[in-house]
Amino acid sequence: MSSVSLNQNLIKRPGRLVLLGRYLRRNPSLTIGLAIMLGLTIFTVYGLLTINPKDAYPLAVRPQQPPSWKYPLGTDFFGRDLYPAMVIGLWQTAIIGLFAGALGTIVGTVLGFLSAYFGGILDKTISTICQILIPIPAFLIHVIIAGAIDKRSVTILTMAFVVFMLAWMGPTLVIRAQVLTMKERQFVSVAKLSGMNSFGIIFREILPNLLPFIAAAFVNQVFQAVFASLYLSVVGLGPLREPLLGNTLWSAQSQAAFFNGWWWWPIGPTVALALILASLALINMGIDELANPRIRTSE
Amino acid sequence: MTTTTQAAATQAATTQAAQSERETVLTVTDLVVSYYTDAGRAKALDKVNLTLKAGEKIGLVGESGSGKSTMALAMMRMIKAPGRIEAGNVVVGDIDLMSLSDKDMLQARLSQIAYIPQGAMNSLNPVTRIGSQLVDAMKAHTKDVSKEEMKERAIAALESVELKPEVFKMYAHELSGGMKQRVCIAIGILLEPKVIIADEPTSALDVVTQRQVMETINRIQEQIGAAVILIGHDMGLMAQSMDKVAVMYAGRLVEVSTVREMFTDPKHPYSQALIRSLPKLEEKGVFEGIPGMAPSLLRLPNGCAFHPRCRDVMDHCKTTRPENQVLTGGRRVTCHLYAEENEKAVA
Amino acid sequence: MSLKYIGQRILYLFLVVWAASTITFFIPRLSSRNPVRERFAELARMGGFAPADLEKIIADYSRAFGLDKPLFQQYFDYLAGIARFDLGVSLNLYPKTVAMLLWESLPWTIGLLIVTTILAFVIGNLLGALSAWPQTPNWIRGFATSFVMLQGVPPVLLAILLIFFIGFKLKLAPLGGVYSIGTIPEFSLSFILNLLWHQMLPALALIFGSLGGWVLSMRGMGVTIQGEDYVTYAEHKGLGARTIFRDYYLRNALLPQVTGFALALGNVVVNAIVVESIFGLPGVGSVLFAAIRSNDFLVIYGIVLFITMGVATLMIIVELLYPLLDPRIKHT
Repeated sequence: MSSVSLNQNLIKRPGRLVLLGRYLRRNPSLTIGLAIMLGLTIFTVYGLLTINPKDAYPLAVRPQQPPSWKYPLGTDFFGRDLYPAMVIGLWQTAIIGLFAGALGTIVGTVLGFLSAYFGGILDKTISTICQILIPIPAFLIHVIIAGAIDKRSVTILTMAFVVFMLAWMGPTLVIRAQVLTMKERQFVSVAKLSGMNSFGIIFREILPNLLPFIAAAFVNQVFQAVFASLYLSVVGLGPLREPLLGNTLWSAQSQAAFFNGWWWWPIGPTVALALILASLALINMGIDELANPRIRTSE
Repeated sequence: MTTTTQAAATQAATTQAAQSERETVLTVTDLVVSYYTDAGRAKALDKVNLTLKAGEKIGLVGESGSGKSTMALAMMRMIKAPGRIEAGNVVVGDIDLMSLSDKDMLQARLSQIAYIPQGAMNSLNPVTRIGSQLVDAMKAHTKDVSKEEMKERAIAALESVELKPEVFKMYAHELSGGMKQRVCIAIGILLEPKVIIADEPTSALDVVTQRQVMETINRIQEQIGAAVILIGHDMGLMAQSMDKVAVMYAGRLVEVSTVREMFTDPKHPYSQALIRSLPKLEEKGVFEGIPGMAPSLLRLPNGCAFHPRCRDVMDHCKTTRPENQVLTGGRRVTCHLYAEENEKAVA
Repeated sequence: MSLKYIGQRILYLFLVVWAASTITFFIPRLSSRNPVRERFAELARMGGFAPADLEKIIADYSRAFGLDKPLFQQYFDYLAGIARFDLGVSLNLYPKTVAMLLWESLPWTIGLLIVTTILAFVIGNLLGALSAWPQTPNWIRGFATSFVMLQGVPPVLLAILLIFFIGFKLKLAPLGGVYSIGTIPEFSLSFILNLLWHQMLPALALIFGSLGGWVLSMRGMGVTIQGEDYVTYAEHKGLGARTIFRDYYLRNALLPQVTGFALALGNVVVNAIVVESIFGLPGVGSVLFAAIRSNDFLVIYGIVLFITMGVATLMIIVELLYPLLDPRIKHT
């Protein structure tokens, strides 16, 4: 229809930023999630540039001080300044989340891919292992693994690795299911008929279409990793020397902070962790809506 | 024309004589429904008028998007946002549906005017027994009826559509498409409504089942004496079992005639095109389609909505909208071609 | 439902338990830690002296616990023990067995779990169903959305926030513990109320922590069910909104949620035991974390295994009961 095409020429196409802005307005969970995440990132980066990391470790400052100008978040029983402790804790949480999340997503994507694309015995084995491991609460296995490692040698990276070891099944199953449906779609058949080889099909046809799902799996993995590391450290299985947020909670809890009136000790890390996890969950919801418009609630 | 349609048309003509004395059960006047979308306002129904007498059967045909389903929904007062009934009246018996409160409208549904969906697909609740889906309909409309009596009435309704009493205890997934359709008919006649709207009740069924279901609808309709509106696009089916045919185009009723008149002497150019497009026994393999596409309701052509596709198009068709007019013999047509004839009739 | 199907599911259950027990057996043994030695080293540290015959004591204990046998011998003994529901003994509280510790702590955990899980599931799904229902007033929708925002926050963190605001600031609830210090346990109304009062914050933390997830998934499901023909047809039948909501909409939307419930069981249990330990309630969580603190490995393994078995069994029970809710499903 001529009138329609005319209109399109007349109306100036809005720029990318405007389009992005419009989309974000329609997807409030993604917007709020990203905003919180941006705030946390700025806080952490600014903090890392200004604090003295030594203050985050025991016997650095006067213990048991409530929040003040000198100690914005107070100090704890062991003489740690809780503001630098929070900055470093956020940084370490980010390392664990990103490291374990990326590893879990990569391994899960590769396994899910191989499983669905090549099928046969490989698929049977991988999916059976996933099926058997899924009912076992990952946290309990984490407890066993973390308990088996000598507490003195637990570092942020070993912690991330422990978390990753049980994290790959989720993305494996998600990606496997997606590849299975994509294998049946037309564009793959067309590619096959036109003589493209397996790798061509995987990298040029399937992978680009999988990207939203991989992105969603990654955000979910980061969430799970932060969650798991929090649980491990809050029960005392974390790298005890580090001011990881969960560790601070654990030490506050074991020193009965509330009973002793040191409320500032556990509240800071609790709020920080709640913000991290809530923002990840919101981003996850937002990506779900982006990848799967059918679940959109009617507005 | 096929011999079957001829036979049906004569049969329809004979029953019509008897119907002329019957009372009017449905009067739709100037019904207007619009949908408000991002792209603008779409007039899905534009001043639609229709009258039905008790026992009368009318087929409502038209392309998809012509407003058939909107008409059914509007008569049930089931138009939902972004749609809105803007004007008009729907009177069933002596009840003006548009003036009822929401609560009274609930009562009027099924008991005054019933809707039979395309039930073969997905219209029955998959997780409750068929029986309870009949009983809950009765419960919503009647008080002081004992459980046993409701069950009896439900089973009687099932039997009247040739289903076994065991169906009462079965689930939807245990029934065939034709059986599910019969269950929907049984629900539709449960409270003996004055008007029954059947929305493409046979379109998902195979030919044999289609015929059986249509026969059931006819028989039941005669028993309770309800008026029937059959929505569909199967002209053959209409010819076999309906008394009248109403043709919809772009939200307007462009022609309402008896089956016989429609098939022998269609008036509106669109109806003529529809009849020409039917496959004929004599000319196997020759199909004549209707050129062009159904217009978007958002951007209707000026003047008569059909003019870009009309073979008899005149100059003022492109600028002036034709009004609905009654021809001699009670036929209604919305076309400029018959303006003169109408003026003569009025004079 | 065929016997073959039940058999398959029981086989699956065995595989899960076997996998869990193999993991709990081998992972600790891959490391160089020796639980018995560590335990005695710690005792020695605490006592401030090292007994001269420490090595002999350790060897004796190792023999008593069968730790001197070849690894595979130990493995099969261990599996055989599990088959007899023998979950081992506590190093720390010897001769108490893991089964005895569970027997004492399990009722607390189960009580907390049943109450919070049912409340969270019922309220969450109802709110989710309501927020996808067109006639729902906006304030209910806003209320439901606020729980969705909480969705990612684990119950442990909610527990700490609740302790801070309700317990510490407002002094409306205790900061932790089983019953008020100074009260004597007895079977009286006031004591029971005191117990329940102490369970309030942990229960709230668990409910708020899982509500959002149910709201979110139910809302998505509700939108889908709303588009189904049978819901529209129910309106055509002139049924009241209440009947349609209950019998046509909610019943159908709930079915996938039940499957989701079975999958979420593991998380539900883990959340409960972690929250218990934060509040110092005498449930399985506190036993587990006391064992972690004192390196009582056999208790850790026993409890982990027991919880895994419990969760897997419950999952399979839910799966086997599912056909009662959905007449379309027949396990063959």
